[in-house]
Amino acid sequence: MTAPVMAPPAPGGVALPRGGRPRRRTTLSRRRTRLGVLMVLPAAVLLGLFFLWPLAQTIRMSFYDWPMLGEHTWVGLANYTSALGDEDFLAAVGFTLRYTLIATPLLFVVALVLALLVRGGSRAARGFQTIFFIPVVIGMAAASYLWMYLFQPDLGPASALGERAGLLDASENLFATFTSALVIVLAMVTWKVVGLQMLLLSSGLQSIPVEVNEAARIDGAGRWQAFRHITLPLLRPTLALVLVFSVAGSLLAFDQFFIMTSGGPNNSTITAVYQTYRTSFIQFELGAGAAMSVLLMVALAAVSALQMLLLRNTDNA
Amino acid sequence: MSATDVSALATPDTTSPREPRRRGRIPRTIGEVRASMPRLAWWVVCLCLAILFLYPLYVMLTQSLKAPAEAAAVPPTMFPQDWSLENYAALADSSSGISLLRSLGNSIGVSLSVTLLTTTVATLAGYGFAKLPFRGSGFLFFLALVAFMVPFQAIITPLFLTLRNLGLLGSLPGLVLVIATFSLPFGLFLMRNTFASLPGSLEEAAMIDGCGTLGAMRRVLLPVALPGVISTALLTFFTAWNEFFATLILLVDQKLYTLPVSLQMLASGQNNQLDWGVMQAGVTVTVVPCVVIYLLLQKYYVSGLLSGAVK
Repeated sequence: MTAPVMAPPAPGGVALPRGGRPRRRTTLSRRRTRLGVLMVLPAAVLLGLFFLWPLAQTIRMSFYDWPMLGEHTWVGLANYTSALGDEDFLAAVGFTLRYTLIATPLLFVVALVLALLVRGGSRAARGFQTIFFIPVVIGMAAASYLWMYLFQPDLGPASALGERAGLLDASENLFATFTSALVIVLAMVTWKVVGLQMLLLSSGLQSIPVEVNEAARIDGAGRWQAFRHITLPLLRPTLALVLVFSVAGSLLAFDQFFIMTSGGPNNSTITAVYQTYRTSFIQFELGAGAAMSVLLMVALAAVSALQMLLLRNTDNA
Repeated sequence: MSATDVSALATPDTTSPREPRRRGRIPRTIGEVRASMPRLAWWVVCLCLAILFLYPLYVMLTQSLKAPAEAAAVPPTMFPQDWSLENYAALADSSSGISLLRSLGNSIGVSLSVTLLTTTVATLAGYGFAKLPFRGSGFLFFLALVAFMVPFQAIITPLFLTLRNLGLLGSLPGLVLVIATFSLPFGLFLMRNTFASLPGSLEEAAMIDGCGTLGAMRRVLLPVALPGVISTALLTFFTAWNEFFATLILLVDQKLYTLPVSLQMLASGQNNQLDWGVMQAGVTVTVVPCVVIYLLLQKYYVSGLLSGAVK
C-alpha cells in the first residue's frame, strides 16, 4: 500500500552533473522538497481520508436528520436542542462526569503512591515497577471479561474470597446494584491503567534535580514539607499530563461498561460514548448521534485547553 | 535520567530500597532493627501490591486450565486439582458458532498489517517532517496533532459511512486502514522526534560519502533511529491487538471478528449458559501475547511511551 510512494525517488541521486554549480543546488533543494512531500504524502492521505473527512462529516451530519438508510434532511440545530433536552443523554453525561470525578483522583493517588514506592532504581524497585505496569498492556475488553468473572455470583473467585473475609455475600449479583457494579469497574480500571500513570509520574519525579530537595531539607524542611512545597510544584507539567490522560480516558469510557454492566442496572451506568453508540447504531439516528459526538469533542477540547493553560502557567512561574 | 541521577535520588530518602550498607545483614541492635523497619515495610507493601496486581492474571491462567467440571464448581477452587487443556480445545471448536482459532488468525493478521502500515507511514513522514521540511509541512504536522486530541469514537459514524462508500465496510482491510490512521499521530510524533534528535551532520556525512537523500535515510539514519521505530511498532501493535470499539462497529461478519470482540460472543454464549473456563481460556489467548511481548521488549515500549507522552 505504501510501496508506490517509494517508487519515484530522484534517479541518479545527488551527483547529477547537469548544469553549473548554482543550478545543481537549486535542483537538489527542489528535489529534497519534492522528496519531503512524497514521504509525508501517505500519512496525509490516511489522515485526510479517515480523519479529516469523517471529522468534517460529523459536524455536517449533526445538522441533519440522518437515518441509516434513506434520505437525510436539514434540521438545523434540532439535534443539539433535542440532545440537550434528552433525559437519557443527560443522564449518560451526568454519569460520565460522576465517573470521571471519582476515577481521576483515585487513579492519581494510587499512581503517585506507586511511583513513590518504585523510585530509587534498585533492582527490586524496577521489578515491582514492571509488575505494576503489566495490566497496562492488556486490552480493556480482555480485562473487563476477566474482572467480570472474578466477581460472578457463586462462581467468582474474588467473590468467594470476599465472602471468606466476611465482606460480602458470594451468592449476590454484584453487577445488579449500581454502587457495587461501579466499585468493581473502578477497581478494574485502576488495576488496568494505573501503571501508565505511575510510569509517567516516576519519570517526572526523576527529572527533578536532587539538589533542590536536598537544599530544602538542609534548610529545615521536613520530608512532607519538601514533598509538598518542592516536589509537587516541580512535578506540575507531569501532573497536568497525567490528569488530562485520566480525564480524557474517563470521559470516553465505553468498553468496560458495555462489557461488564451492559449499561445496567436500569441504564444507570451508560456513559456518553455508550449513549452515542446506542443512538447511532441501535436507534440508527446518525444525525442525533453526530450531534452528541460534537458535544463530546467540545468537552474534550476544553480539557486539552485546560492542559495547555496548566502547562503555560508552569513556564511563567 | 542517567544512572547517577537515579541513585542520588535515593540517598536522601530513608524509605528508599537502596541501602547498600545494610544489605544482607541481620540487624543486631535495636537501633539497627528500627533503621531497617522502613525497608521491611517497603518490601511488605510492595509484595502485597504485587500479589494484588498479579492475582487476576493467576485466576485467569488457572481457571483456563481447569477441567470443565472443576471450572464450574461452587465455590471455586483456589488451586486447580484437575488440570486439563479441554477449554483450549473448545476454543478451536467451531461447532458452537465461532472458532476462537479463526479470531486469533484475524487478530494476528490485523495487528501485523496495522503495525507494518503505521510504522512504515510514520517513519517516512517522520523523516520528511524532521529533515525535509517544505512549505505547509508545519501545518500538516499540526493537523496530525489535532488528530491526536480528537477521539475516534466521536467520528465513528461518518467513518462507518466512508468505509461503506469505499466498499470497505465490514472488511478486514477497512478495519486495518481505520486503526492504522488512529495510531498514526502518536507514531508520527515519535518518529519525528526521533529523527529530529539525530544530528544533521550524520546525514551530510552520508551524502558526502555518495548516498542520495533516500540512501542516507535507509543506510545511515534508519539504523540509528531503530529504537524509535521499534517503539512505534510496539505501541501500534498493542493498540491494534486490543482495539474493541472500532472492531465492534465496523465489522459485521462474525467470521472476521478479532479476539476482543469474539470474547463477547463467548460471553453471550449458548442459551445464556456461560462457560467461564472456556471464556478465561479465550481471555488468556488474548492477554498472553501482549504480556510476553511487553516483558521481552519492555525497554523500547517504555521509552517510546515516555518520549511520546512527556515531550
